Amino acid sequence: MISFLFGVFHTGLVLAAAPLVMGIVRLTKARLQGRRGASVLQPYRDLWRLLQKESVVADSASWLFRIAPYLVFVSVWLAATIMPTFTTDMLLTPAADLIALVALLGTARFFTALAGLDAGTAFGGLGSSREMFVASIGEPAMLMVIFSLSLLTHTTSPAQMAAYVMSGHVGIEVSAGLALAAMVMVAIAENGRIPIDNPTTHLELTMIHEAMVLEYSGRHLALLEAAAMVRLLLFMSIISCLFFPWGIAGPDSGLLEVLWGLAAWALKVGLLAVVLGYFETMLAKMRVFLIADFLGGALLLALLATIFLYVSEAV
Amino acid sequence: MISVQQLPSLERYAYDMAHLIGAVILMMSFGLLYQRRMTAVIRTYSFQAMVLALAAAWQAFVQEAPHLYVSALIALLFKGVAVPFALDWLVRRLGIHRTVETALGIGPTMIAGVALVALSIVLVLPVTASAAAMTRENLALAMSVVLLGLLMMITRRNAVTQVVGFMSLENGLILAAVGAKGMPLVVEISVAFSVLVAMALFGIFFFRIRERFDSLDVAYLETFRGERR
Repeated sequence: MISFLFGVFHTGLVLAAAPLVMGIVRLTKARLQGRRGASVLQPYRDLWRLLQKESVVADSASWLFRIAPYLVFVSVWLAATIMPTFTTDMLLTPAADLIALVALLGTARFFTALAGLDAGTAFGGLGSSREMFVASIGEPAMLMVIFSLSLLTHTTSPAQMAAYVMSGHVGIEVSAGLALAAMVMVAIAENGRIPIDNPTTHLELTMIHEAMVLEYSGRHLALLEAAAMVRLLLFMSIISCLFFPWGIAGPDSGLLEVLWGLAAWALKVGLLAVVLGYFETMLAKMRVFLIADFLGGALLLALLATIFLYVSEAV
Repeated sequence: MISVQQLPSLERYAYDMAHLIGAVILMMSFGLLYQRRMTAVIRTYSFQAMVLALAAAWQAFVQEAPHLYVSALIALLFKGVAVPFALDWLVRRLGIHRTVETALGIGPTMIAGVALVALSIVLVLPVTASAAAMTRENLALAMSVVLLGLLMMITRRNAVTQVVGFMSLENGLILAAVGAKGMPLVVEISVAFSVLVAMALFGIFFFRIRERFDSLDVAYLETFRGERR
């Protein structure tokens, strides 16, 4: 019963907190660039404004164009609900593992890319093609990270991974460090952040994700933006749950522990948001064709993580 | 002097820390292969040497071997500061092209690098079958750094980047040396000085090569020797 309540609360929580996280990232960037920046609540207002507006759909677009935002949003949201944040005792957490999570994110990407192609504009096709190029290396890299972590913790379920890491069976592992580095690189690519993609650009030469959703407006755009925000929060939750699970409440824990888990999660995600904003200010976007090297590097790091598991006999 | 034995909570993490530092050094080796700009390559090398100094200091602390602090100091001052400054000065003085010219693309080089890491593990595992996991991991890391240094020397066209490859290879040797118990200081000091001498010789050679060929691309040397590829 309690896991059901936690599950429902968590489902709402990820959706409610995602725009705030995006707001923190944007405010950090603005402050570091010497601007005052909008309030951290601005993403909520943006979403609200978009929901009020009329959705304009191109004449050439098919039914796919209309349903894609809903499919994308639902798959990303569902992926976010299976990732433990403040407690591992949730309804949906045992239902799916990290490989299912990658599949859900892949589904979302697939429909975004199809929608980009559907309207038949040049930019949409360009964005879809680039997105698939990024995904073709990013997805194997993410799976490789998950494989090396599963070898280390003997499970693919995020809740059991967190419990295993907290039980003290895992020391300071070289593999975990390598996997973390690879995971951060993949997270940057998956969320279309600098240096892979610039989320604020509308310059045709550089945009990837923005090019695909260029045709959308109104509530469709609101859903896609919300999906992007939830995805960012999801990746922050993945990093904090798998690599820094301390503070997360286990099953049969009291109210105090759950509240502590909530505070710890908020702290970790807030910290990650500020760090992301900082590094985005420091780095410049890389050329599109260098992305292959960047993500190839992530793939190799994940591969090394697996190799080193066998050396240190942690398997 | 405080030691690990007086701090029992630290003892558990002593080897984990050593391996983590070793892994950072290995990552820096991959970083050297990945970088495309000369200044970034030199800076990465400098950072690698500083992490090596940290590794030596950590081993000195864990093994209670004060002479390793001297090794750490040598690594920090000579390799972390002096050599990068000298290389920077050379690059500026010679006015060479700031982008790294590769004989093999960055991507294939990285893949070859991972293959070399796997190779060094395959080599180290049977040799150290009786040894504890910590020695094994340390040796595997050091050997990988050495092989990656060799790879860098092979896949770069410019003499300066080849020298950086040589220097990072030497970092791998020192990493192996500080991990093994009872390595005499004399050996390390002599290695450190021979590297410095090599550095000075390389510096002179850079000027000579450029004077002769107006470039630091070693391909010119091959044609000069009558070798054709």
